This record gives sequence, C-alpha cells and structure tokens, in this order.
Amino acid sequence: MSQVPGTQRARLAAAGAQSATAEVMLGRRSIGDVLRGRLFHALLLLAIALAVIGLGMLILDALVEGQSRLGPELFTEGSAVSPADSGFKPAIYGTVIVIGGVVLMTVPLGVGAALYLEEYANRERWWNRVIELNIQNLAAVPSIVYGILGLAFFVRGPLDLGFVAFAGSLTLTLLVLPTVIIAAREAIRAVPPSIREGALALGATQWQTVRRQVLPASIAGIVTGVILAISRAIGETAPLLLVGAATLVTREPTDPFTDSYTVLPVQIFQYFSRAQEDYRILAAAGIIVMLIVLLLMNSFAIWLRNRYEQRW
Amino acid sequence: MIAASRLSGGSSRISLEAASPRYGEKAIVWVLAMCGVLSVLTTTAIVISLIGPSLNFFRQIPVLDFLFGTFWSPAIQPASFGVLPIVVGTLNVTLWGLLFAIPIGLGAAVYLSEYARPGVRKTIKPILEVLEGVPTVAFGFFAFAFITPLLQDVWPGFLGSGPNIFNAGAAGLAVGLLIVPTIASISQDAMMAVPGGLREGAFALGASKMRVATRVIFPAALSGIVAAIVLAFSRAIGETMVVLMAAGATPNMTLSPTEPIQTMTAYIAVTATGDIGTGTIEYDTIFAVGLLLFVITLVMNMISIRFVRKYREVYE
Repeated sequence: MSQVPGTQRARLAAAGAQSATAEVMLGRRSIGDVLRGRLFHALLLLAIALAVIGLGMLILDALVEGQSRLGPELFTEGSAVSPADSGFKPAIYGTVIVIGGVVLMTVPLGVGAALYLEEYANRERWWNRVIELNIQNLAAVPSIVYGILGLAFFVRGPLDLGFVAFAGSLTLTLLVLPTVIIAAREAIRAVPPSIREGALALGATQWQTVRRQVLPASIAGIVTGVILAISRAIGETAPLLLVGAATLVTREPTDPFTDSYTVLPVQIFQYFSRAQEDYRILAAAGIIVMLIVLLLMNSFAIWLRNRYEQRW
Repeated sequence: MIAASRLSGGSSRISLEAASPRYGEKAIVWVLAMCGVLSVLTTTAIVISLIGPSLNFFRQIPVLDFLFGTFWSPAIQPASFGVLPIVVGTLNVTLWGLLFAIPIGLGAAVYLSEYARPGVRKTIKPILEVLEGVPTVAFGFFAFAFITPLLQDVWPGFLGSGPNIFNAGAAGLAVGLLIVPTIASISQDAMMAVPGGLREGAFALGASKMRVATRVIFPAALSGIVAAIVLAFSRAIGETMVVLMAAGATPNMTLSPTEPIQTMTAYIAVTATGDIGTGTIEYDTIFAVGLLLFVITLVMNMISIRFVRKYREVYE
C-alpha cells in the first residue's frame, strides 16, 4: 500500500475514533447531541427541498405566465408587428439548422478524439498530456468566450462567413466538443481490457477491435453524453448573440451558408427584452416549448444511461 | 498473458509480424489524433482571437488604467476604461450565487450520499440531472419575473430601500439555483466514492451519523467537493443570460444585492450586439474584457486541477 493514502487514512480513522470516544466518554449520547443530529438531518432535508422546489418553481412560473399563449400559432408565425401575431417559426427553423450542423460535426470529432485518447494515445508522451489538459480547460471556458472566437474567426477573420447559421454551428460545436469528449472517454474507459485483449488475441487489428468490440460496448454511454451536449447546445444563448443570431429575422432560414438566422433561445430573449407585457408572455410560452423539448431529451439520455449501464 | 505468448513463440519459423503493412490502421490513428489536436487548435484560436484586438486596445489604454480604473464608460464621451466596476459586478452576482448554492448543494449532496434511502436517491438524483438541462434564458426569466418581485415583497424596511427592478441579488439567486445541481451531483459522487469501511469503522466506534458525515466523509471527499465548487464558481463568473435579463446594464462598483449592475459577460453581450464598427476602440474592449474573463477562469481551473491531483484520495 502506498504511503500517502495510508497516512491519510490513518488520520481519518483517528478523527472518527476521536469523535466517537468523546461520545462514549459521556456514557450515553447526550440530549444535546441527539438534538444536534436531528437538526442537522432537518437542515439537509431543507437543502434538498429548496433545490428541488426552487427548480420546480422555475418551471411552474414559466407555465403560469406563458400558458395563455400556448397554441399552434407559436409554430406557424414569425416575428410580427403585434405580439398577438408573433411566434417562433423562423427561430425554430434556425435552431434545427444550427443544431443539425452541430450534430454532424460533434459526433465524429468528439468520438474520434475520445477514441484516440483512450485507445491509441500513449500517456507518457507530452503532446498527449497537453491534449488532455487542454480539453479539461476548454470545458471550463465561459460560453461567451466561444462567441468571441466565433465572431473573430468564423464570422469575420479567416473564414469570413458572415452572420449565417453555419457560423453558429461551428461556434456551438467547439463549445460542446469538450463535454462530448469527456463523456465519451468515460464510456470507453468503462469497457474492461479483457474485451480488447480477447479480440486482439483472436487476430483482430486494433481498429477492428475498436469498431467491433469497444464502440458497441460503450455506445449507450456515448449516446447519453452526445444527447446531453446537444441539449446544452439547443439552450445556449450567449455565444450566438455574438455570431449573428441577434439579427431580426422575419423569414425562416433555409440555407445555412447564406441566410441570416436566429434561434429559439435568442428569440425568447429578444421578445423578453421588448417593452410590452404581451411580448414577455410570448417569451414565457417560448420557454415552455424549450423546456418540454430539453427535459424530454435529458430524461431520455439519463434513462438510457441507467438502463444500459453495463456492469462487467 | 504476455509471458505466455512469448513462451509459445519459441519456434522461429512462425513470424508474428503483421502479414501486410496495414496502412489503413495507421491512417485511422492519424485521423483520430487530428480530432484530438483540434482541441489544441481551438485553444490557440481563442487565444489568438482575444490577443490581437486586445493588443490594439492596450496600445491606446495603459494596462494598469484598465485593470485598476474605477470608472467604466467606453461608449459615452469622455470615454473611460477602468474595468473594476464590471469586475466587481461579476463578483457581486457570483458572491450571492455561491452563498446560496454552496450550503444547498453540499447539504443536498450529504443527504443523498449519507442519509437518503436507495429508493429516494434513485428518484432525486436523476431529477437533478435532468434539471441541469434547463436553459439559462429560463433562469433569467425566472429571476426577473419571480425572484425580483418576491424580493421586493419580503424586503425588510430596516435594510434600506428595496431591490431595484433590475438587481444583482435576484440574478445572484438565479445563478445560485443554476449551479446547485452541479455542486450537488459532483460532490455526491465524491462522497459516494469514499469506501464503506471508513463509515463502518466510525460507526463501530460509536460515532453518530452526523459526526460520520461531517468528520469522516466530508474530509475524505474534500478534493471532489472543492473541484465541484471551483467548477460552479467558473460557471457563475461566465454566466451571461441571467445577468443580462435580471441585473440591468449599469456598471456599478457595489456588492449590494439591491442595485442594478453590469458584469463582464453582460458587457460583452450588450456591446457585441449593438451597432459598433470593427476597428473602433469600443469594438476592441469586447476582446480586452473577454481576455480578462478567459484568464480568470483559466487560472481558477488550473488551481482546481492542481488541488484535486494533490489531495485526491485513491481508494481501491
């Protein structure tokens, strides 16, 4: 057994013993101690209740404020002069186009990087450690910084795409890639080495092992990670404000490389920012639509993970 | 296993070399490696995109004036570029958010890990994970339409005048609510990873449940808990929409929860969506503020990674 955890463990054991002895010395557990224990338990219950109730209130508040505007016109109308005729049609088109691009780019790039790091990379090499550390850091970069990157590199600068949906897709892809890579790596790591050794021993090449054994065995975890990342991309607002989604769009975009676009969360934010109360109600209705989509996606992802989580 | 294969390779007539050069395999390694390298390119691109215009900016405004100036008004003449008001605004929201989220998140984690029956845990944990997907515009809306009116109603008179319609407190509470699931779920994982033997040992010595939780489990899981809090801190600093929707757009050097403020992120979002020409100094401020934000979160994250490596308990 190594030294450091050993001493650490001894210290923890001593702490436990010390506090236990203090109680035993008192003979019976004093009333004060029992009360303190009860109070602690009650505080913990309060904490979890506040968390769940707070988040529940958020959903309930959107429902109460927005329910009067829930209806099919949300999906058939665009941004009109009066709030009563306005809806989210162009924004929903925009979200579908932007997110479609994100899925097409994120899945191969994310899974590829995860496979490289888990199956091929030699951790002794400095460049592989740099890649690892770099991905950890990228996961913590604020989303608005990705917006700045998109503005400087995709909208203007080297790619010079202009304020189009594809620039949004690229920006969001870079934003969610680290989370996809981290989730996919965890899923791949959970496949026991014996599976790989078995395949290699039977004469499979490394790629055959990866494609026929490792990937199928880890697919549930990878899909869960991808769905969670995509649902994050759908709800992401701030970086898209910088790469063009804040323009007023009245017709739904069809070409991701030329048309100006907006997306659902940005449209919600813009309706919210207008002065009239009616637009705020419309924004709440948009939030309900988004919550339904995102909570369904996330529930499916978590269910998938819990259902197909393999214990080897 | 390796030893066995070496032993059986005794007859020298069978070659264990691959029958063909397998160029495909090598190409695949390269393609996969490129996917990994893309992440390094992303970081490089972020740094380049931030530094270019920032250099432009700092050629006109001395770095020290920017970092320690106490008046931020890049758009209104005479322009002033002291970044402290929006840094303090960021700290204001983050402070109230963490004051709310740390006790609640850790309490929820201790409850789920040490007190909850398995059935309860299996219900609440997925609910928290699903709620992590609530978009930030929804939190911003909630802060403006629910928390602010609530704060205005319950604000006790002896604390001075109540919250403004845009205020840092409501935004802070909403950001806190936003990061509670992050803190709860990561620190719960860390507590669950503490081996049962430590718990049983303390219980066998007569320690109460509360003592086991606070004196044994909590210190043993400390590195995971700190990592969770640092991650939550970064998310709070980087949060844009909640602040944009509920805290106003007034640079304000105060930690008061009742006043309107502006954060670094909100400044970037507001300025970038406004009408400004590329090449103006106002356009460059976006990048200078972005660079500061990037450096702050990067430093925090490196500290967290160091801390976790140094204090991580490895149990088999």
